[in-house]
Amino acid sequence: MSLVLTLAMRNLFQDRLRFVASLMGIVFSVVLVMVQMGLYFGFSAMITTVIDHTKTDLWIVSKGTKYFEDLSLLNTGTKERLLKIEGVSEVAAGVAGFSAWRLPDGVMTSVFIIGTDLASGGLSPWNVVEGTAQSLITPRTVVIDRSYYDRLGASGVGTTAQIRGLPVTVGAVTDGIRSFTTTPYVFSGLRDAWAFTGLPTNFASHFLVRLKPEANIERTRQSILSSISGIQALTPDQFSEQSRSFWLFRTGAGAALVAGALLGVIVGTVIVAQTLYSSTKDHLYEFATLRAMGASNSYIYQVIICQALVNAVIGFGIAALIGSGVVHFTAKSALQVVITPVLIVELFVLTIVMCIVSAMTAIYRVVRVDPAIVLTR
Amino acid sequence: MTESVIEAANVGKSFGDGPASVQALKDVNLTLNGGELTVLMGPSGSGKTTLLSILGCMLAPTVGTVRICGTTTSGARPEQLAKIRRQHIGFVFQSYHLFSTLTSAENVLLALDVRGERGPKAMAKTRDVLASVGLASKLESFPRQLSGGEQQRVAIARAIVAEPSAILADEPTAALDAANGQATMAILSAIAKERGRAVLVVTHDPRLFGFADRIVYIEDGALRREASTSLGPADTQRGDPSQWNASSKAISSSSSQ
Repeated sequence: MSLVLTLAMRNLFQDRLRFVASLMGIVFSVVLVMVQMGLYFGFSAMITTVIDHTKTDLWIVSKGTKYFEDLSLLNTGTKERLLKIEGVSEVAAGVAGFSAWRLPDGVMTSVFIIGTDLASGGLSPWNVVEGTAQSLITPRTVVIDRSYYDRLGASGVGTTAQIRGLPVTVGAVTDGIRSFTTTPYVFSGLRDAWAFTGLPTNFASHFLVRLKPEANIERTRQSILSSISGIQALTPDQFSEQSRSFWLFRTGAGAALVAGALLGVIVGTVIVAQTLYSSTKDHLYEFATLRAMGASNSYIYQVIICQALVNAVIGFGIAALIGSGVVHFTAKSALQVVITPVLIVELFVLTIVMCIVSAMTAIYRVVRVDPAIVLTR
Repeated sequence: MTESVIEAANVGKSFGDGPASVQALKDVNLTLNGGELTVLMGPSGSGKTTLLSILGCMLAPTVGTVRICGTTTSGARPEQLAKIRRQHIGFVFQSYHLFSTLTSAENVLLALDVRGERGPKAMAKTRDVLASVGLASKLESFPRQLSGGEQQRVAIARAIVAEPSAILADEPTAALDAANGQATMAILSAIAKERGRAVLVVTHDPRLFGFADRIVYIEDGALRREASTSLGPADTQRGDPSQWNASSKAISSSSSQ
């Protein structure tokens, strides 16, 4: 091990209490940033979960629609007009809207109906763990997520209930399809969805458009927009981005998460800076001795930056362990903390940068130390 | 023929401006030669530490020039002064200033590390130099496990391991008992004689004059007297200043070679 690293580590470990305080600062900071960013990613994945899991080339929604649950109505006649546009192969109508699910004990709970026309290539429930999605073809059959069993008083396939007074049977169960609004998604056939939501049958919430293999998406999108007024034609990526942008930034929810993460970085930087500075002050005569011995500035920077890096590596290691616990703990919760490998790498780099920035105050102090002070004590 | 290692010519140093200005050094001329142990003595506040700081390139003189192994320090930036210290000067301090978290060997190794000397060769040099000051068995000891005399010997080993041309020692025996003080001076004297280094020792202790080849007296920022001495340690232990005063010569306002 290099002498610089030895000196840096021993200086850090000499005052264990201060070292622990420094590590706590880093761990607090990194965990806070990790959780905030994990919530951000979890939230943003949840916002677009239906869009991201639907296999389609274009989403057609009304002009003012900002996200999937943003209720809007399009005339079903739009389907015929879409089919006439060059490049369009298939069009499936979908209906979405709130309704009321009646539990066996008579209590009503709000649900969000997603009506799909499977026969025409409508969106299909994913992560089916019991039954099949094709059961939606059978009238008065619905698909629910098992995370909502308690809310819906359900126990699996075969459970019966009422939606808007109409009897339904659970035909399939999914795992992990959760709504960020916390209102359970209930998948149904298109005709049932009209009945469950009370929407007129000549209106749909959206259309899924599949293109012919040779069709150019952008050109077809432009053709659709020029042919039909009052609509948006969005690729899945565009619709996802539009949804995320609305919820994360226009509502301020994302900004709050980012602000929380930023706060974590600031708190961590200040704590590490304070501990490094006080450690440096305690060893000021040693640094002055180094300077008297002729150590270059860069040599002294190395000692302090090594101290910062040791803090960063150990602190990040502990924070990563806590973070993995948080991920595990929230995996089945209403709002998951999603930590991706890229986020881990980014957080590690952030921790390193944070600790090096923290070292600046200590470096500032040390480079100004007069080596002659070693002659006065 | 001795070779001059450090030359101070017409050096003056003042602190502060205007009427509050303090003249710490006045027109000092001093040369430190290789193979010679020079003792610098004077009362508190006489300018010893300021002179040591200037000779050690830690402080710039207000007037005059300092040359270290032929290189002038005038106008040098802090990093350049650090390089001169690294290349030519070793320090021994009154309070040792060892790194409390490093072992004896690591403390000595550090002096080589800052010069970019690392690896087995540096370690071998470290072992040799610690053995030369009688600490071959204390390589892995931390400063807190060593006596004051041993700590000072580690500090001397650190000062000489990179074979600098000059060793500047600031009251190296002040914190030691008589026996350890004598032993430390014996080592410093041997460094001057056997290694041909220029050694400057600042001290108040007249018992150590016997180790000196030259004694320089500073008062009110000016060099007052200079003496050559051939007295041995036993002769000087009584600390009778008359013994070296007898062979000293008065110098007017400065001391020159």
